[in-house]
Amino acid sequence: MGIIGDLVKGMGVTGRQMIATIFGDGMITTEYPKAFREKPERFHGRHVLNRYEDGMEKCIGCELCAGACPARCIYVRGKENPADAPVSPGERFGFVYEINMLRCIFCALCVEACPTEAITMTHLFEMSTTNREDAIYTKTELLINEDGSANHMFPDDRLANLPELLKADGWMRATAPQGRVEYEGIPGWTPSAGVGLRPPEVGQSGDAAARDFTLPDGTTSLEVEPDEEE
Amino acid sequence: MDWWDVLLVVVRVVGVFALLMTVTVLLVWIERKLVADMQNRLGPMRAGPHGVLQTVADGLKLFFKEQITPAKSEFLIYMLAPALSVITAFLMFLVVPFARPFDITLGGQVRSFTFQAMDLNISVLYVLAISSIAVYAVVLAGWSSGSKYPLLGGVRATAQAISYEAAMGLSLVALIMFIAVQNRGGDVMSMASIVDFQAGTYGATEGFLSFLNPIITRVPKWFILPQVIPFIIFATAGVAETNRAPFDLVEAEQELVAGFHTEYSGMRFAMFFLAEYINMFTMSALMVTLFFGGWGGPFLDTIALNVGPWLASVVSFGYFMAKVFVFLFLFIWIRASFPRLRYDQLMDLGWKRLIPGALLWLVASSLALAIRQFGLPWT
Repeated sequence: MGIIGDLVKGMGVTGRQMIATIFGDGMITTEYPKAFREKPERFHGRHVLNRYEDGMEKCIGCELCAGACPARCIYVRGKENPADAPVSPGERFGFVYEINMLRCIFCALCVEACPTEAITMTHLFEMSTTNREDAIYTKTELLINEDGSANHMFPDDRLANLPELLKADGWMRATAPQGRVEYEGIPGWTPSAGVGLRPPEVGQSGDAAARDFTLPDGTTSLEVEPDEEE
Repeated sequence: MDWWDVLLVVVRVVGVFALLMTVTVLLVWIERKLVADMQNRLGPMRAGPHGVLQTVADGLKLFFKEQITPAKSEFLIYMLAPALSVITAFLMFLVVPFARPFDITLGGQVRSFTFQAMDLNISVLYVLAISSIAVYAVVLAGWSSGSKYPLLGGVRATAQAISYEAAMGLSLVALIMFIAVQNRGGDVMSMASIVDFQAGTYGATEGFLSFLNPIITRVPKWFILPQVIPFIIFATAGVAETNRAPFDLVEAEQELVAGFHTEYSGMRFAMFFLAEYINMFTMSALMVTLFFGGWGGPFLDTIALNVGPWLASVVSFGYFMAKVFVFLFLFIWIRASFPRLRYDQLMDLGWKRLIPGALLWLVASSLALAIRQFGLPWT
C-alpha cells in the first residue's frame, strides 16, 4: 500500500495549498499592475537628483558619481554657476547629467560617492522602453521639481507609478555617518525640497534611547514613517 | 421517421456540440484557476471577471495566427490529423446521455426527446473503437510533421495506447458481464439503458447482513459498489487515454518540446487543444455514466410527476454536470500533484499491474456470477 499512501500524500499537499489559497492567506502573487506590493525600505530603484529646500540643486558637478560607477553609465559635465542666478550653492553645478539605465546595475555606489546627497535612489523600477535612446535618462527626468515632485520618463503611460518616484530608499541613511552606531539618531545629511529633513534610521544599536530623536518639527523619528512624503 | 424526427436529431447534435464547446471554454479556465490555486498563484485575471473569458481570448488569438507547415511534412496527413483528433473527440460524446429524456408531442405524435445525440445498442464498444481511432490522430500528427520530437511523441503514443486500451477494454468487459447477468435480455451495452439499470436503490438483503438494510435500501444502485476495481482501472486508463499528466508522455514539455504537436500552430494546434479537453470531459462523463448512475439522482420522478418532465430534465442535467465536475476536478488535482511517469514506469503500470488486475477481476467476477446463478459445482 506504499504507493497509494504516497499518492494520497502528494494530493494532500496540493489540496491543502488550494484550500489555503482560496480561503486563507496562501496566495503569494499579487495582481500587479493593479495591486502593488510594499517594497523593502532599501529597495534600489531608479535615481533622482535632489534639490535643497530653497530650490537650489544639490549637484555640484564634481563627477564623483561618474568615477565611482562600476558600470560607467553616468555622464556628468559641470559648469561654473552664473553669478547672477546660481543653480547650486557651490561654485559649479551639474550642467549635463545623464544615466544610461541600460548599463546601470543599481549598486548605489554613486549615492555613496555623492558628497552632497544630490543623487539618491527611489522605489521605481518600471523603466522598460521601446528604444535604446529612451533608456538614457537626462536631467529632465532625473532632477526633481522645486516642489519636490519627480518627473516620469513616460508620464502619459497609464501604468506609470508616480508615488513610487517619491519614495526614497533608506540605503543612504544606513550608509551615511548616522548609520554607524555612535551616530545613531543624528541625521548626517541636508534637507531636501518637498521632503525636509529625512528622519534617521532607527535601531542600529538596539538602544531604545537612541530612537527618541526629536525632529525639528517636534515629532519623533518613531512617529514619522521614514519615507512618508508630503 | 418524418421531418420532426430529423429536426429532433439536428437539435440534439447541435445541442451536444454547443454543450461540448461551452464546457471546453469553461474547463480550460477552471483548470488554470485550480492549478493556480494549488500553486498559490492567482491565475488568469484580466479577461472578464476573474479571467473567465481568457479561453475565448486565446481562441480568438489562435484563430488569427499563421499556420506554419514544415517543409518536410507530409502535407495531407499533417493537415488532416488535427481534424481527426477533434472529430473523434466529438464523436465519442455522442452516445453519452446527459439528462432525463421527456416526452414531447410534435406533429400529432408523442415522441421521446432524449438528451443524447444517438443511442447505439453497442455504445460501449463504440466508445472503445472511437478512442482507438483518436490515437491515430496523435500518431499521424507526430509522424507527418517530419520532425524529430513529434515523431518521438507519436511513437510514445502508440506504445501507450496499446498498453492502456487493453486494460480499459478488459475492465469494461467485467462490468458489462455483471450488467448482463443482472438484466437478462436488456440492452446491456446501450448507455441509456445502463443509466436506467442504475436507477433506484439496492434492495433489502436477507441473512446475516440484514441488520444493514436501513442503510442498504438508501444507497443508490450505482455500479461503482460491486465494480470498484474495474472503475479504478478504467479511471487510470482514462487518464492515460486522454494523454493528461501524469501520463502525458506524448506531449512531455520538458523532454519533447511539445511532443506530437510541436510543429503545429494556429487553429491546427487549437484543435488538438480542444480535443484534449473534450476527451477529458467525455472520460469523466463515461465514468459517471458507467459507474455513478449517469444523470440519475434523488427526487427526479417526484419532480416529473408534480412539476413537469422538463424540470426533471433540467435537474437531472444538473446532477450529471455535478458528478462530471467531481471527476474533472480529480483530473485537474492529479495533474497538479504528480510528476510525469518515466517511460518504463508507464509500461510497467500498464502491462504488469492494470492488465493482470483487470484479467484477474474478470475471472473472479465471472466465477462469482456463475456460482450465484448455477450454484457451486459440487452441490
